[in-house]
Amino acid sequence: MARTAVPRRLNWLAATVKEAKDETATARTLILDVPGWPGHVAGQHVTVKLTAEDGYSTQRDYSIANAATAGAQDGDRLEITVQRLADGEVSPYLTGVAGPGDQFEVRGPIGGWFAWPGDDPRPLLLLAGGSGIAPLMSMIRTHDQVKSQVPVRLIYSVRTPADVIYADELSERERDSPLMVTNVYTRWWAGDPPPGSRTGRIDASVIAEAGFPPEWNPLIFACGPSGFVETASALLIGSGHPPFTIKTERFGPSS
Amino acid sequence: MNVVSRGFGGRRRDDPKLPPGQYLERGFPVLQAGPTPPVNTATWKFTITTETGDSTRWDWKQFTALPAEDITTDIHCVTQWSKLGTHWRGVSLDTLLDGIQTNAGYVMARSYGGYTTNVPLPDLRDGKAWIAYEYDGKRLPPEHGGPARLLVPHLYFWKSAKWVTGLDLMTHDKRGFWEELGYHDYGDPWREQRYQGD
Repeated sequence: MARTAVPRRLNWLAATVKEAKDETATARTLILDVPGWPGHVAGQHVTVKLTAEDGYSTQRDYSIANAATAGAQDGDRLEITVQRLADGEVSPYLTGVAGPGDQFEVRGPIGGWFAWPGDDPRPLLLLAGGSGIAPLMSMIRTHDQVKSQVPVRLIYSVRTPADVIYADELSERERDSPLMVTNVYTRWWAGDPPPGSRTGRIDASVIAEAGFPPEWNPLIFACGPSGFVETASALLIGSGHPPFTIKTERFGPSS
Repeated sequence: MNVVSRGFGGRRRDDPKLPPGQYLERGFPVLQAGPTPPVNTATWKFTITTETGDSTRWDWKQFTALPAEDITTDIHCVTQWSKLGTHWRGVSLDTLLDGIQTNAGYVMARSYGGYTTNVPLPDLRDGKAWIAYEYDGKRLPPEHGGPARLLVPHLYFWKSAKWVTGLDLMTHDKRGFWEELGYHDYGDPWREQRYQGD
Protein backbone atom coordinates (compact mmCIF):
# COMPACT_ATOMS: atom_id res chain seq x y z
CA MET A 1 0.00 0.00 0.00
CA ALA A 2 1.52 3.31 -1.08
CA ARG A 3 2.27 5.66 1.75
CA THR A 4 3.37 9.23 1.66
CA ALA A 5 5.67 9.56 4.61
CA VAL A 6 6.73 13.12 5.23
CA PRO A 7 8.63 13.07 8.51
CA ARG A 8 9.86 16.63 8.57
CA ARG A 9 9.09 19.76 10.50
CA LEU A 10 5.78 21.30 9.48
CA ASN A 11 6.01 25.07 9.71
CA TRP A 12 3.22 27.61 10.03
CA LEU A 13 2.80 29.54 6.80
CA ALA A 14 0.86 32.73 6.07
CA ALA A 15 -2.19 32.10 3.89
CA THR A 16 -3.94 34.92 2.04
CA VAL A 17 -7.50 34.53 0.79
CA LYS A 18 -7.54 35.10 -2.97
CA GLU A 19 -11.14 34.20 -3.59
CA ALA A 20 -14.18 33.08 -1.61
CA LYS A 21 -16.80 31.06 -3.43
CA ASP A 22 -20.16 30.00 -2.00
CA GLU A 23 -20.85 26.35 -2.80
CA THR A 24 -24.18 26.02 -0.99
CA ALA A 25 -26.11 28.15 1.51
CA THR A 26 -23.79 26.92 4.26
CA ALA A 27 -20.56 25.83 2.55
CA ARG A 28 -17.89 28.08 1.15
CA THR A 29 -14.64 27.40 -0.68
CA LEU A 30 -11.65 29.57 0.14
CA ILE A 31 -8.91 29.73 -2.46
CA LEU A 32 -5.70 30.55 -0.67
CA ASP A 33 -2.28 31.72 -1.72
CA VAL A 34 0.32 30.11 0.54
CA PRO A 35 3.89 31.03 -0.46
CA GLY A 36 6.17 28.15 0.45
CA TRP A 37 3.40 25.53 0.55
CA PRO A 38 5.27 22.22 0.21
CA GLY A 39 2.57 20.68 -2.00
CA HIS A 40 0.07 17.96 -1.13
CA VAL A 41 -1.28 14.64 -2.27
CA ALA A 42 -5.02 14.24 -2.90
CA GLY A 43 -6.82 13.41 0.34
CA GLN A 44 -4.51 15.16 2.79
CA HIS A 45 -5.59 17.88 5.20
CA VAL A 46 -4.30 21.14 6.62
CA THR A 47 -4.47 22.83 10.00
CA VAL A 48 -5.84 26.37 9.99
CA LYS A 49 -4.91 28.76 12.81
CA LEU A 50 -6.89 31.93 13.41
CA THR A 51 -5.42 34.62 15.63
CA ALA A 52 -7.41 37.51 17.10
CA GLU A 53 -5.92 40.95 17.61
CA ASP A 54 -5.30 40.32 21.28
CA GLY A 55 -3.28 37.20 20.48
CA TYR A 56 -5.95 34.58 21.22
CA SER A 57 -5.69 31.82 18.67
CA THR A 58 -7.43 28.57 17.81
CA GLN A 59 -6.84 25.77 15.32
CA ARG A 60 -8.96 23.41 13.21
CA ASP A 61 -8.22 20.81 10.55
CA TYR A 62 -9.76 20.96 7.08
CA SER A 63 -9.45 18.64 4.12
CA ILE A 64 -7.72 20.05 1.08
CA ALA A 65 -10.04 20.26 -1.92
CA ASN A 66 -7.83 21.25 -4.85
CA ALA A 67 -5.85 18.79 -6.97
CA ALA A 68 -2.50 17.52 -5.75
CA THR A 69 0.13 20.22 -6.06
CA ALA A 70 3.26 18.26 -5.19
CA GLY A 71 5.56 19.43 -7.98
CA ALA A 72 2.79 21.33 -9.81
CA GLN A 73 2.95 24.78 -11.42
CA ASP A 74 0.50 26.46 -9.08
CA GLY A 75 2.21 24.93 -6.07
CA ASP A 76 1.30 27.77 -3.70
CA ARG A 77 -2.44 27.32 -4.21
CA LEU A 78 -4.56 25.73 -1.56
CA GLU A 79 -8.34 25.31 -1.47
CA ILE A 80 -10.50 24.35 1.47
CA THR A 81 -14.25 23.98 1.53
CA VAL A 82 -15.76 24.76 4.89
CA GLN A 83 -19.22 23.77 6.11
CA ARG A 84 -20.68 26.34 8.49
CA LEU A 85 -21.73 25.00 11.87
CA ALA A 86 -24.17 27.34 13.58
CA ASP A 87 -22.48 27.13 16.99
CA GLY A 88 -18.95 26.87 15.63
CA GLU A 89 -16.06 29.10 16.57
CA VAL A 90 -14.03 28.92 13.36
CA SER A 91 -16.39 27.86 10.58
CA PRO A 92 -18.64 30.96 10.84
CA TYR A 93 -15.55 33.11 10.38
CA LEU A 94 -14.23 31.15 7.40
CA THR A 95 -17.64 30.94 5.70
CA GLY A 96 -18.96 34.38 6.58
CA VAL A 97 -16.25 36.89 7.40
CA ALA A 98 -12.99 35.99 5.65
CA GLY A 99 -12.71 37.59 2.22
CA PRO A 100 -10.08 38.40 -0.37
CA GLY A 101 -6.93 39.78 1.23
CA ASP A 102 -7.63 38.37 4.69
CA GLN A 103 -4.95 36.26 6.27
CA PHE A 104 -4.50 33.37 8.65
CA GLU A 105 -1.93 30.65 9.17
CA VAL A 106 -1.83 27.10 7.86
CA ARG A 107 0.33 24.07 8.55
CA GLY A 108 0.54 20.90 6.53
CA PRO A 109 -0.01 18.86 4.55
CA ILE A 110 -1.06 16.32 7.16
CA GLY A 111 -1.94 12.66 6.78
CA GLY A 112 -0.56 10.21 4.27
CA TRP A 113 -2.95 7.30 4.68
CA PHE A 114 -6.21 8.74 3.39
CA ALA A 115 -4.37 9.79 0.24
CA TRP A 116 -4.64 8.85 -3.42
CA PRO A 117 -1.42 8.86 -5.39
CA GLY A 118 -2.42 9.66 -8.98
CA ASP A 119 -0.65 6.60 -10.38
CA ASP A 120 -2.62 3.91 -8.55
CA PRO A 121 -3.91 1.48 -11.21
CA ARG A 122 -7.03 0.34 -9.35
CA PRO A 123 -10.53 1.64 -10.04
CA LEU A 124 -11.36 4.36 -7.56
CA LEU A 125 -14.53 4.15 -5.49
CA LEU A 126 -15.38 7.26 -3.47
CA LEU A 127 -18.11 7.55 -0.86
CA ALA A 128 -18.91 10.99 0.52
CA GLY A 129 -21.26 12.03 3.29
CA GLY A 130 -22.07 15.76 3.24
CA SER A 131 -18.96 17.96 3.31
CA GLY A 132 -16.89 14.74 3.32
CA ILE A 133 -16.84 15.34 -0.42
CA ALA A 134 -13.91 17.82 -0.10
CA PRO A 135 -10.91 15.43 0.00
CA LEU A 136 -12.64 13.17 -2.54
CA MET A 137 -13.02 16.16 -4.86
CA SER A 138 -9.26 16.62 -4.59
CA MET A 139 -8.91 13.03 -5.82
CA ILE A 140 -11.34 13.60 -8.71
CA ARG A 141 -9.49 16.76 -9.72
CA THR A 142 -6.14 15.02 -9.40
CA HIS A 143 -7.41 12.14 -11.51
CA ASP A 144 -8.11 14.66 -14.25
CA GLN A 145 -4.87 16.57 -13.74
CA VAL A 146 -2.67 13.47 -14.13
CA LYS A 147 -4.87 12.12 -16.96
CA SER A 148 -5.48 8.90 -15.09
CA GLN A 149 -7.57 6.42 -17.05
CA VAL A 150 -8.85 4.41 -14.08
CA PRO A 151 -12.64 4.51 -13.74
CA VAL A 152 -13.95 6.59 -10.83
CA ARG A 153 -17.31 6.25 -9.14
CA LEU A 154 -18.62 8.62 -6.53
CA ILE A 155 -21.52 7.83 -4.21
CA TYR A 156 -22.49 11.10 -2.56
CA SER A 157 -24.94 11.05 0.33
CA VAL A 158 -26.36 14.50 0.93
CA ARG A 159 -29.58 15.90 2.37
CA THR A 160 -31.10 17.61 -0.67
CA PRO A 161 -29.96 18.69 -4.15
CA ALA A 162 -29.39 22.18 -2.72
CA ASP A 163 -26.77 20.73 -0.36
CA VAL A 164 -24.63 19.26 -3.14
CA ILE A 165 -21.21 20.89 -3.04
CA TYR A 166 -19.38 21.26 -6.40
CA ALA A 167 -22.65 20.36 -8.19
CA ASP A 168 -21.85 22.01 -11.54
CA GLU A 169 -18.28 20.84 -11.64
CA LEU A 170 -19.29 17.26 -10.85
CA SER A 171 -21.87 17.25 -13.66
CA GLU A 172 -19.30 18.61 -16.10
CA ARG A 173 -16.66 16.12 -15.08
CA GLU A 174 -19.15 13.29 -15.33
CA ARG A 175 -19.72 14.22 -18.97
CA ASP A 176 -16.06 14.63 -19.82
CA SER A 177 -14.17 11.98 -17.86
CA PRO A 178 -14.43 8.34 -16.70
CA LEU A 179 -16.43 9.47 -13.66
CA MET A 180 -19.84 8.26 -12.58
CA VAL A 181 -21.67 10.15 -9.84
CA THR A 182 -24.64 8.84 -7.88
CA ASN A 183 -26.18 11.32 -5.48
CA VAL A 184 -28.22 9.82 -2.66
CA TYR A 185 -30.62 12.35 -1.15
CA THR A 186 -31.44 11.55 2.44
CA ARG A 187 -34.28 14.11 2.58
CA TRP A 188 -36.42 14.04 -0.48
CA TRP A 189 -40.16 14.37 -0.54
CA ALA A 190 -40.76 15.67 -4.04
CA GLY A 191 -41.56 12.54 -6.01
CA ASP A 192 -39.05 10.92 -8.32
CA PRO A 193 -35.47 12.11 -7.83
CA PRO A 194 -33.44 13.46 -10.77
CA PRO A 195 -32.12 10.78 -13.16
CA GLY A 196 -29.06 8.95 -11.90
CA SER A 197 -29.73 9.79 -8.28
CA ARG A 198 -31.35 7.90 -5.42
CA THR A 199 -33.24 8.73 -2.28
CA GLY A 200 -32.99 7.48 1.27
CA ARG A 201 -29.90 6.14 2.96
CA ILE A 202 -27.10 4.26 1.26
CA ASP A 203 -27.77 0.55 1.35
CA ALA A 204 -26.50 -2.68 -0.22
CA SER A 205 -28.32 -2.02 -3.51
CA VAL A 206 -26.73 1.43 -3.88
CA ILE A 207 -23.29 -0.08 -3.20
CA ALA A 208 -23.98 -2.85 -5.75
CA GLU A 209 -25.36 -0.60 -8.47
CA ALA A 210 -23.34 2.57 -8.06
CA GLY A 211 -20.04 1.05 -6.87
CA PHE A 212 -17.66 -1.48 -8.38
CA PRO A 213 -17.91 -5.23 -7.84
CA PRO A 214 -15.23 -6.60 -5.51
CA GLU A 215 -13.71 -8.56 -8.42
CA TRP A 216 -12.62 -5.25 -9.92
CA ASN A 217 -10.41 -4.78 -6.86
CA PRO A 218 -11.19 -1.08 -6.38
CA LEU A 219 -9.36 1.19 -3.97
CA ILE A 220 -12.02 2.73 -1.74
CA PHE A 221 -12.14 6.02 0.16
CA ALA A 222 -15.04 6.92 2.45
CA CYS A 223 -15.30 10.33 4.12
CA GLY A 224 -18.07 11.95 6.11
CA PRO A 225 -19.71 11.95 9.51
CA SER A 226 -18.84 8.93 11.62
CA GLY A 227 -22.24 7.26 11.26
CA PHE A 228 -22.08 7.51 7.48
CA VAL A 229 -18.57 6.09 7.31
CA GLU A 230 -19.45 3.28 9.71
CA THR A 231 -22.50 2.32 7.62
CA ALA A 232 -20.65 2.61 4.31
CA SER A 233 -17.74 0.47 5.56
CA ALA A 234 -20.05 -2.23 6.88
CA LEU A 235 -21.98 -2.33 3.58
CA LEU A 236 -18.79 -2.52 1.55
CA ILE A 237 -17.38 -5.35 3.67
CA GLY A 238 -20.75 -7.09 3.55
CA SER A 239 -20.71 -6.98 -0.23
CA GLY A 240 -17.28 -8.60 -0.38
CA HIS A 241 -14.77 -5.75 -0.38
CA PRO A 242 -11.74 -6.63 1.79
CA PRO A 243 -11.38 -4.26 4.78
CA PHE A 244 -7.79 -3.38 3.84
CA THR A 245 -8.97 -1.78 0.56
CA ILE A 246 -11.14 0.71 2.46
CA LYS A 247 -9.63 3.93 3.78
CA THR A 248 -11.73 6.17 5.96
CA GLU A 249 -11.74 9.71 7.23
CA ARG A 250 -14.39 10.82 9.68
CA PHE A 251 -15.23 14.09 11.21
CA GLY A 252 -17.15 14.65 14.29
CA PRO A 253 -18.28 18.17 14.82
CA SER A 254 -15.32 20.40 13.93
CA SER A 255 -16.70 23.66 15.12
CA MET B 1 5.14 34.69 12.60
CA ASN B 2 2.32 36.94 13.72
CA VAL B 3 -0.61 36.88 11.34
CA VAL B 4 -3.77 38.46 12.70
CA SER B 5 -7.04 37.43 11.08
CA ARG B 6 -9.08 40.56 10.51
CA GLY B 7 -12.48 40.36 12.14
CA PHE B 8 -11.80 37.19 14.11
CA GLY B 9 -12.77 37.44 17.76
CA GLY B 10 -13.01 33.85 18.86
CA ARG B 11 -14.82 32.27 21.73
CA ARG B 12 -12.15 32.63 24.39
CA ARG B 13 -12.79 29.16 25.66
CA ASP B 14 -9.46 29.35 27.42
CA ASP B 15 -9.37 26.74 30.11
CA PRO B 16 -6.30 25.77 32.13
CA LYS B 17 -7.21 22.15 31.46
CA LEU B 18 -6.87 22.65 27.71
CA PRO B 19 -3.39 22.07 26.24
CA PRO B 20 -2.13 24.61 23.67
CA GLY B 21 -4.01 24.61 20.38
CA GLN B 22 -6.87 22.44 21.69
CA TYR B 23 -10.57 23.29 21.85
CA LEU B 24 -13.26 21.87 24.08
CA GLU B 25 -15.44 19.17 22.57
CA ARG B 26 -18.62 17.89 24.19
CA GLY B 27 -19.34 15.05 21.79
CA PHE B 28 -16.95 12.15 21.28
CA PRO B 29 -15.68 12.21 17.68
CA VAL B 30 -14.44 8.99 16.12
CA LEU B 31 -11.19 8.99 14.16
CA GLN B 32 -9.61 5.97 12.59
CA ALA B 33 -7.88 4.97 9.36
CA GLY B 34 -10.19 2.19 8.24
CA PRO B 35 -13.32 0.22 9.00
CA THR B 36 -14.14 -0.80 12.56
CA PRO B 37 -12.90 -4.41 12.85
CA PRO B 38 -15.31 -6.96 14.31
CA VAL B 39 -13.81 -8.22 17.57
CA ASN B 40 -15.54 -11.01 19.42
CA THR B 41 -14.90 -11.39 23.14
CA ALA B 42 -15.26 -15.19 22.72
CA THR B 43 -12.00 -15.24 20.76
CA TRP B 44 -10.41 -12.04 22.10
CA LYS B 45 -6.85 -12.34 23.37
CA PHE B 46 -4.50 -9.85 24.93
CA THR B 47 -0.79 -10.72 24.88
CA ILE B 48 2.27 -9.01 26.31
CA THR B 49 5.46 -10.21 24.61
CA THR B 50 8.87 -9.30 26.02
CA GLU B 51 12.05 -8.57 24.06
CA THR B 52 13.16 -12.18 24.68
CA GLY B 53 9.94 -13.55 23.20
CA ASP B 54 8.29 -14.59 26.45
CA SER B 55 4.60 -13.95 26.28
CA THR B 56 1.79 -13.63 28.79
CA ARG B 57 -1.74 -13.99 27.48
CA TRP B 58 -5.23 -13.35 28.78
CA ASP B 59 -8.57 -14.29 27.29
CA TRP B 60 -11.63 -12.12 27.91
CA LYS B 61 -12.75 -14.05 30.97
CA GLN B 62 -9.32 -13.99 32.59
CA PHE B 63 -8.86 -10.33 31.67
CA THR B 64 -12.13 -9.09 33.08
CA ALA B 65 -11.50 -11.06 36.28
CA LEU B 66 -8.42 -8.92 36.98
CA PRO B 67 -8.77 -6.06 39.46
CA ALA B 68 -10.15 -3.06 37.58
CA GLU B 69 -10.05 0.66 38.28
CA ASP B 70 -12.37 3.56 37.60
CA ILE B 71 -10.57 6.32 35.77
CA THR B 72 -11.67 9.93 35.30
CA THR B 73 -9.42 11.77 32.91
CA ASP B 74 -9.13 14.43 30.20
CA ILE B 75 -8.37 13.22 26.67
CA HIS B 76 -6.70 15.17 23.88
CA CYS B 77 -6.92 14.32 20.18
CA VAL B 78 -4.25 15.53 17.75
CA THR B 79 -7.08 16.91 15.58
CA GLN B 80 -7.43 19.66 18.21
CA TRP B 81 -10.37 18.52 20.28
CA SER B 82 -10.13 17.78 23.97
CA LYS B 83 -12.76 16.21 26.15
CA LEU B 84 -12.62 16.82 29.86
CA GLY B 85 -13.52 14.51 32.73
CA THR B 86 -14.22 11.33 30.76
CA HIS B 87 -15.07 8.18 32.73
CA TRP B 88 -13.52 4.80 32.01
CA ARG B 89 -13.05 1.46 33.68
CA GLY B 90 -10.17 -0.86 32.94
CA VAL B 91 -7.13 -2.78 34.12
CA SER B 92 -4.01 -0.83 35.01
CA LEU B 93 -0.89 -1.64 33.01
CA ASP B 94 0.86 -1.89 36.39
CA THR B 95 -1.32 -4.92 37.10
CA LEU B 96 -0.68 -6.43 33.68
CA LEU B 97 3.08 -5.79 33.72
CA ASP B 98 3.47 -7.02 37.30
CA GLY B 99 5.84 -9.99 37.33
CA ILE B 100 6.91 -9.60 33.71
CA GLN B 101 10.71 -9.51 33.51
CA THR B 102 11.96 -7.02 30.96
CA ASN B 103 14.75 -4.58 30.17
CA ALA B 104 12.74 -2.98 27.37
CA GLY B 105 12.35 0.78 27.16
CA TYR B 106 9.63 0.90 24.49
CA VAL B 107 6.36 -0.70 23.57
CA MET B 108 4.56 -1.29 20.31
CA ALA B 109 0.82 -1.61 20.88
CA ARG B 110 -0.88 -3.84 18.31
CA SER B 111 -4.58 -3.87 17.44
CA TYR B 112 -7.10 -6.04 15.70
CA GLY B 113 -7.26 -4.61 12.17
CA GLY B 114 -3.49 -4.06 12.03
CA TYR B 115 -3.09 -0.67 13.74
CA THR B 116 0.12 -0.09 15.70
CA THR B 117 1.48 2.72 17.86
CA ASN B 118 4.70 3.14 19.84
CA VAL B 119 4.94 4.36 23.44
CA PRO B 120 7.88 4.42 25.87
CA LEU B 121 7.40 1.72 28.51
CA PRO B 122 7.74 4.13 31.48
CA ASP B 123 4.68 5.99 30.12
CA LEU B 124 2.59 2.88 30.68
CA ARG B 125 3.68 2.42 34.31
CA ASP B 126 2.90 4.10 37.63
CA GLY B 127 -0.81 4.58 37.19
CA LYS B 128 -0.57 6.33 33.81
CA ALA B 129 -2.13 3.74 31.50
CA TRP B 130 -4.88 1.13 31.34
CA ILE B 131 -6.55 -1.37 29.08
CA ALA B 132 -10.07 0.07 29.23
CA TYR B 133 -13.25 -1.88 28.51
CA GLU B 134 -15.96 0.45 29.82
CA TYR B 135 -16.77 4.02 28.87
CA ASP B 136 -19.28 6.07 30.84
CA GLY B 137 -20.45 3.01 32.75
CA LYS B 138 -21.19 0.94 29.63
CA ARG B 139 -19.30 -1.58 27.57
CA LEU B 140 -16.87 0.25 25.32
CA PRO B 141 -18.58 0.55 21.90
CA PRO B 142 -16.72 -0.83 18.84
CA GLU B 143 -16.32 2.59 17.21
CA HIS B 144 -14.50 3.81 20.32
CA GLY B 145 -12.22 0.78 20.38
CA GLY B 146 -14.33 -1.88 22.08
CA PRO B 147 -14.18 -4.45 23.43
CA ALA B 148 -10.93 -3.03 24.86
CA ARG B 149 -8.52 -0.23 24.05
CA LEU B 150 -5.29 1.11 25.41
CA LEU B 151 -5.83 4.27 27.47
CA VAL B 152 -2.77 6.53 27.82
CA PRO B 153 -4.51 9.86 28.42
CA HIS B 154 -1.39 11.96 29.05
CA LEU B 155 -0.43 11.50 25.38
CA TYR B 156 -2.41 12.48 22.26
CA PHE B 157 -5.23 10.02 21.83
CA TRP B 158 -3.90 8.18 18.75
CA LYS B 159 -1.51 6.53 21.24
CA SER B 160 -4.54 5.01 23.02
CA ALA B 161 -4.83 2.20 20.48
CA LYS B 162 -8.39 1.00 19.81
CA TRP B 163 -9.15 -2.76 19.64
CA VAL B 164 -5.83 -3.48 21.30
CA THR B 165 -4.72 -7.11 21.30
CA GLY B 166 -1.11 -6.96 22.35
CA LEU B 167 1.90 -5.06 23.58
CA ASP B 168 5.35 -5.92 22.23
CA LEU B 169 8.10 -4.77 24.58
CA MET B 170 11.13 -3.49 22.64
CA THR B 171 14.67 -2.47 23.59
CA HIS B 172 14.72 0.10 20.74
CA ASP B 173 11.98 2.45 19.65
CA LYS B 174 10.18 1.74 16.38
CA ARG B 175 7.47 3.79 14.71
CA GLY B 176 3.84 2.69 14.57
CA PHE B 177 1.16 3.43 11.97
CA TRP B 178 0.68 7.19 12.32
CA GLU B 179 4.23 7.79 13.53
CA GLU B 180 5.56 6.40 10.22
CA LEU B 181 3.24 8.83 8.44
CA GLY B 182 4.80 11.85 10.12
CA TYR B 183 3.07 12.01 13.49
CA HIS B 184 5.21 12.57 16.57
CA ASP B 185 7.01 9.65 18.22
CA TYR B 186 6.00 10.76 21.73
CA GLY B 187 2.95 13.03 21.37
CA ASP B 188 2.80 15.14 24.55
CA PRO B 189 -0.22 17.47 24.17
CA TRP B 190 1.20 19.98 26.67
CA ARG B 191 4.28 20.41 24.47
CA GLU B 192 2.07 20.29 21.36
CA GLN B 193 4.03 17.40 19.86
CA ARG B 194 1.66 16.68 17.00
CA TYR B 195 4.05 15.91 14.14
CA GLN B 196 7.67 14.82 13.72
CA GLY B 197 9.91 17.76 14.54
CA ASP B 198 7.41 19.51 16.86
